[in-house]
Amino acid sequence: MSFLPYAVAAWLFLIGLYGIVTSRNLVHLVVCLSVVQSSTYVLLLAVGYRSGGTAPIYADISHSENVVDPIVATLTLTDVVVEATVVALLLALTVQAHRRFGTLDPNEMGALRG
Amino acid sequence: MTAVQIAALAAVAFGGTAVVLARDPARQALVTSVYGLTLAILFLAFQAPDVALSQIVVGAVALPAMIIYALRKIIRREEVDREDR
Amino acid sequence: MSYRLRMVVFGAGVLGFASLLIWGLGGLPDFGDFAGRYGQYLAHSALPERHATSSIAVTTFDFRGVDTLIEEFILFTAAVGVVALLRVHRETEEVPAEPETTRWPTAQSGALRSLITALVAPVLVLGIDIVLHGHLTPGGGFQGGVILMSALFLVYLAGTHIGLGPLRPMAAMETAEGIGAAGFALIGLGGLIIAGAYLENFLPFGAPNHLVSGGAIPLLNIAVGLEVMGALLIVIGEFLDQRLLMQKGKL
Repeated sequence: MSFLPYAVAAWLFLIGLYGIVTSRNLVHLVVCLSVVQSSTYVLLLAVGYRSGGTAPIYADISHSENVVDPIVATLTLTDVVVEATVVALLLALTVQAHRRFGTLDPNEMGALRG
Repeated sequence: MTAVQIAALAAVAFGGTAVVLARDPARQALVTSVYGLTLAILFLAFQAPDVALSQIVVGAVALPAMIIYALRKIIRREEVDREDR
Repeated sequence: MSYRLRMVVFGAGVLGFASLLIWGLGGLPDFGDFAGRYGQYLAHSALPERHATSSIAVTTFDFRGVDTLIEEFILFTAAVGVVALLRVHRETEEVPAEPETTRWPTAQSGALRSLITALVAPVLVLGIDIVLHGHLTPGGGFQGGVILMSALFLVYLAGTHIGLGPLRPMAAMETAEGIGAAGFALIGLGGLIIAGAYLENFLPFGAPNHLVSGGAIPLLNIAVGLEVMGALLIVIGEFLDQRLLMQKGKL
């Protein structure tokens, strides 16, 4: 049962990858990429967790309590906001691809011409 | 592992599968919003309130908005193309 | 390659990858038994050394400040990329931007518009509160910046565009983003000049649990909040063909 968080992270990665490969719509593909990103958040926070620990905010707890790791929380919280903007960049690329090829199906887009 | 964490992990696994299996992008935007909320509950269960706050505002507000506006831009172009033809 | 052949190759690849992934994850320490000392040391030294109660904020902006600087510039670059992709083509665009005749309020029903208008001020205050108290409670520049963006976005949803009085809105958002990104880097330079190391916390630390404490961390929170708000509004504005930020017909 203690393997469950890692199993969920692996499952999210694999199902997102399956969605990317079998996608028929570029916008659907970009959202599946965000599912793959969320698997890394789950993995990071699962690694940093400590049994019986609490959040490392010392506003109302005493100094000697068991706290979870703050570094993985730092990495994940900046990552969540930044990846939203990167998804916006990918969606802008999708809009331009639709403008160029007239379709959103990745299988029907031709190769890049020089 | 507490019961809340197990339930949240199961909800996240189902939510991720639902996001991938929703093939229509407009519907997928709404499922993404709900998936973002389940992720936020999971992050709270893992004792990371900052990350949960980030995930709520991004995954439930900003990300579906961007998906829907990108779709709108694409559909507008298709409508104009169809009118021209 | 035909579709079926690609799917067969993908199937084989993903089976191999999945087995390696599960085997690799099995080697991690048990869930809840992470014995990392670095994180515990940072958590326990945040309050005595920096007088800021949120050790996550201290880790983000002080102990691991360079990582946050780099992430912030990823955000900045992505916003620049969206503008470069969507704005440059607008002059040669065959599809016109939304014509003036469709400039009805975005939310059509009166009840919805009243509700949204009533929500703008509380959400704005909430965003400012979360940005300013980032070093004391969960929150900070990233979360508060997105909330500020949604507060201004509610103005667009209740009306036709975001007006900022005599300011030109698009320029104001770009200026906010620039101030945020440059502000972070320049405060780091202040640390270099005054305290000897880049992004070293050089302002006085103050007393714990007070609003003015933690040295330069509140300033960095404000810089990041401005940048995130500016970047997200510019990005959504580009998707809406720049009709989001207008000033009586001109940008």
